[in-house]
This record gives sequence, C-alpha cells and structure tokens, in this order.
Amino acid sequence: MRRDEAMAKLATMPPDERVLLRPLIETSPGFYYTAAALGAVVLWGAFAYYLQLRYGLGRTGLNRPEYWGIYIICFVFFIGISHAGTLISAILRVSQAEWRRSITRSAELITVLVIGFGAIQPILDLGRPDRLLNVIFHAQMRSPLLWDVISIGLYFTSCTIYLYIPMLPDLAVIRDSGIKMPRLYGFLAAGYRDTPVQRARLERVIGFLAIAVIPIAISVHTIIGWIFAMTLRPMWHSTIFGPYFVIGAIHSGIAAILVAMVILRRAYRLEQYFKPVHFDYLGRMMLVMSLLWFYFTFAEHLTVFYGAEPAEMRTFWAKVTGKYAVPFWIMNLGCFFIPFVLMARRATRTAKGTLIAGIAVMIGMWLERYNIVVPTSVNPIWEIEAVGRYLPSWIEISIMSAAASGFILLYMVSTKFVPIVSIWEIKEGREVVAEVTRRVARYSSAHDIPTPQEDG
Amino acid sequence: MTRWGMVIDLDRCTGCAACEVACKSENNIATVSPEQADGGRAMSWMKVMTEVEGEFPENTMQFFPRPCMHCDNPPCIRVCPVVATYKDEEGIVGQIYARCIGCRYCANACPYTVKYFNWYGPEWAESERRHLNPDVSVRPKGVIEKCSFCHHRLQKAREDARAEERELREEDYQPACAEICPTGAIIFGDLDDPNHRVAELKEDPRAMRLLEDLGTEPKVHYLRARQ
Repeated sequence: MRRDEAMAKLATMPPDERVLLRPLIETSPGFYYTAAALGAVVLWGAFAYYLQLRYGLGRTGLNRPEYWGIYIICFVFFIGISHAGTLISAILRVSQAEWRRSITRSAELITVLVIGFGAIQPILDLGRPDRLLNVIFHAQMRSPLLWDVISIGLYFTSCTIYLYIPMLPDLAVIRDSGIKMPRLYGFLAAGYRDTPVQRARLERVIGFLAIAVIPIAISVHTIIGWIFAMTLRPMWHSTIFGPYFVIGAIHSGIAAILVAMVILRRAYRLEQYFKPVHFDYLGRMMLVMSLLWFYFTFAEHLTVFYGAEPAEMRTFWAKVTGKYAVPFWIMNLGCFFIPFVLMARRATRTAKGTLIAGIAVMIGMWLERYNIVVPTSVNPIWEIEAVGRYLPSWIEISIMSAAASGFILLYMVSTKFVPIVSIWEIKEGREVVAEVTRRVARYSSAHDIPTPQEDG
Repeated sequence: MTRWGMVIDLDRCTGCAACEVACKSENNIATVSPEQADGGRAMSWMKVMTEVEGEFPENTMQFFPRPCMHCDNPPCIRVCPVVATYKDEEGIVGQIYARCIGCRYCANACPYTVKYFNWYGPEWAESERRHLNPDVSVRPKGVIEKCSFCHHRLQKAREDARAEERELREEDYQPACAEICPTGAIIFGDLDDPNHRVAELKEDPRAMRLLEDLGTEPKVHYLRARQ
C-alpha cells in the first residue's frame, strides 16, 4: 500500500529521479537472495572470529616467523580498494572532468564502506584486542602503526564528510518527495533547500574538500607501505614502498569502481548514466595504472636482483622461481598483462572488457600484497634461521570472506537508501554545457578558433 | 654505566642445549605440543641453532646459542605502538606483558627473530606445573615474550647485595643459561666494567656479533670457533 503510494509519487517526478530513486522503493527478489547469502557468510565469519578470540590466534595458520598473514594482506587490500572512490572522484572534480558526474557517488560510497572493513583487519589480527585502547593511552609516536591509526582515522572522517556533503541536494529531493522515511531524510538533509546561497556554499565546500582529501588519501597508503619499509626485512626495507603502495591502491581502486559500475548498471538499469564513454575513460586510467604498476614492480625487483644481497636474494628467488612463483606470476598476469592487453584496445574498453580486467586486477592486487607479506616473512634475514611456511587456516579464510561479503552487503543496502548516481550533479551537468563549451574553447588560441564573445 | 651483555664462545659450545632447558624452566616458558612445534609455534627464548657446512661425511657443524641480542639500538622498540617493549638504563630490552596488544610488529622488526608469540594460552605438563618459578610472571595468550637476561635475578641480586651492604659482584647476577652451561661457553657480565670477564672477551680477535652491519649494536658477542 505504502509502496504503491510511493510509486505513484515517483511517477510524477522528472525522468532522472524516476530512474535513480526507483531502487529506494523497489527491491527485486534477487536482491534479498543475494543479501541473505552474503549475510550468511558474514555470520559464519563472525563465528570463526569467536573461535579465534576464545582459543587464541593459534587457530590461524600463523607461526614464527610468519607473524603476519591473511589479515594484514586484507588490511592492505581493502584500504587499497578504498582509494577508488575519493581519490578518483576528487581528482576528476578538481580537474573539472565533466564525465565524472555519474560515477562519483558510487565510487565515494565504495571508499567509505571499505575503509571500515580494512581498518578492522589489524584488530582481528591482534593477540589482545581487549587492549586496543592502549594505542591511545600508551601511544608511541615513533611507531608507524600509530601514524597509520592517525592517517586512517583522518581519512575515514574526511571521506565520510566528502560523501555526505555532495549528497545533501539529493537527500533534500527525497525528503521533499516523501517517497521514503520522511523523518529520516528530514534529518539527513539538514535543512538544505537548494537556495542559490546554499548551492554556492555547497559548491565551495565540495571544492575545498576535494583538494583536502587528495593528500590525505595519498598519506594513507604511503604509511601502510612504510609499516613494512621501516623494518630491516629483505624486500620490505625499500624507499619505493610508499609510492608503490599508492599506485597499487589506485590500480585496485579503479578496478573496484569498474566492477561496481558494471553490476549497478545491470541491476538498476543505469545504461543512460554509465555510458560506454565512462568505461572507455576509466579503462584508459586503468591502462595507465597497469603500466605504472609494472614500472614500479620492475624497478623494485631489478634493484634487488642487481644488488644481489644474499638475504634479499632468498626472498627474491622464492618469489620469482621458488615456492611463491605461482602467486607471483598470477599477480603479474592480473595486475599488468590482462589489463594492459584489454585496455590498450578501444574494442575491449567496454563494460565487459573492463569487468574482466577489473576482476583480474583485484585478484592480482590481492596477490601482490600476499607476495609482499608472505615470502619476506618466511625468509628471515639471519640465514641460519630455519625457513618458515604458511598455510592459512579455515578461520582466516572465513573471516576474509566475511569481510568481503560484509562490504558488498553494506554497499547493496546503501543503494537502497541513497541514489547511487548523484541526481543534482547530472542535472547540473546538462545546465553547464554552454559554460563548458566556452571553457573548452578558451583552451585553444584565439587565432585558431573564433571565441564566443564575453570570454570570462 | 652498567651495560649488561653476554659473550658466547662458540669453540666451547657442544650443542648440548642445557642452556635451552635451563632457560625454559627458569622463565616458565610454556610447552607446546609436537604438532604445534612442527607448525613453528615452539617457544625457546634461548635457542641453539645449528649451521651445517659441507656434505656428509665431509661436513662440519656449528652451534649458535641464540638468546635475545639486547641491542643497544633495538629495531623492535621503535615500532611498538604502545611502548610494550623498551630498553632500560642498563641496556636490558624488556617486555611489558600487561600492555602488549599482540600486533607482532616488534617480532617482524627483529632481524634475529627472537620474539615469541603466545598463539594459545600457556600450558605445562602437570609435573612441570609444580615447579614453576614464582619470580617470573607467566604470560597470557596473545602477547609477545622473549629473553630478558633473567632480569628478575638482577633484582634479587641487588637486594641481596644491599642487605649485605656490599657492591654487586659479577657472580651475583648470572642468567640461567650462563649458570648452567657445562663448558662455560656462555659468559655474562657488565660490558663496561673492566673487572668483568665479558669486557675483556668482547675485545678478543675472535669476537664478532650477529648481523653487525645492520647497526643494531647487539650486546651478545660471539667468539668464533678456531678451525
């Protein structure tokens, strides 16, 4: 009954709202089935964590010298994915790339939701999670872990604000339409009426935030790289790790956006918002990132190989031809060869092509973190020390699956509460066509092209 | 200034592992099952490492008893987010079990891999349980532990010396491993006190330290075996 009312109201709204607000009031059975399956995985993971908490980290496959494993790999991976949204959306906003308008919201939402699942990973990894607050009470600022606590805290806060502020006009639209939970949206819209003054303020705040989040985002993954680089361990102690981690993070982030876009497009029939041009342009960015990633990986491994320090070489050969050769070469395939081949051709820079490349990059980037954490851990610098090994237990695999499922579930549920494409930005995009044409015309020299009069 | 340190004469070490056993019983080190030990979960603050050179029968074997190096410039204490591992004014690198959050960053930072993690709560055989050392706290599950140079013995020796109104002598404070070593391969004392044997031995031409070029300044010195 209520839904019929809401649908009737929706039918009277403009076309953008009709398409983009539809998921808020209409849910397919497929959504419920998927959500239930994901929820079951989350519960299973929670049970696995209960066992770990009760009996100790002995329930994992970790040992000495393999002190860090799946949880730390997932920590780096999830926080890496979070670079999708905010960084891409901020860079595109700052550079006034008009094609960004339909993709920023879905990307920013990935960021905010995945940070949480990344940030809990080191806590899952703690021997004494009950003493977590010692990080505040007995903080030692010399520890890179503390730098990380601060930068991730700052990043989460700024990204949440950066997601919320540009959402205000859309929340106000939902509030005014009365199609869903009027009191909730009345609260969330925070009195936004879309007056010219409010709109001008909104744009100014967004402009400021877009610039502020860029250095914060870069600091986050730099510091995660530094956690490893600050130790004296072979193939961790590398000055390249800060930027290498940032590049890898953006690479996996773009992959995550593309996969999410393909799924959203299919599920909510957003073909008119996620157009071939979006996949083409993001595909080009992925191409650049795969080349940059390969450049860093090559530089890192060549330097180690050429220097040929015995301790470093044990780790190096373990990766290249030894016990970890399979994950190492699948990583190269996933992070470089597959995205490079697919994204270098216009014919495969389509939704389907980017979906395949995106999945390949995500698998490759997870393995990249595996190849950083595990081979170094099992090859301690003092060579007399016996070489270790690592086989993750079902507890670790379950918790990892639960974290991934939890993220997807939360993302799905979020699409039921906020339009996944920013309605006001799409509309604004249509209004500013004339202005953008003028701006683009200004790029060219006045001698080549007749400039429209009153050039600002 | 006192700087407690150790000299291990590899020429005298027979690899009997009495130091390991003495350390385990002195410091209430938990026993793990054989399966756990196979999985890399065994705990041994003092560990006799073996290095085999050459192929049988033309081979030689070298034993390296390996406690915590108690570095003067310890990489482990810098990375701890909560100051649960620290260096005291006499150079002993200690652990605060009650504060450790179990992140194992220090374990990864240590180039000598001397840090042990309590993967499970500690367990002892019933026969061992009755002989736990009351001077050493047992560690709960989820925290890092390692060799303390039997720091509790120093506290006791200090008290005794004070009660008897005399200076602390070299023999007053000896860790369990040094005390038990049947060949006298482990020598312990104040590296800065010229009256202590370690002060002289560390200047021996055979003296070396592990991974010296890392700049960690370990306070455990080894005397190379004569060939």
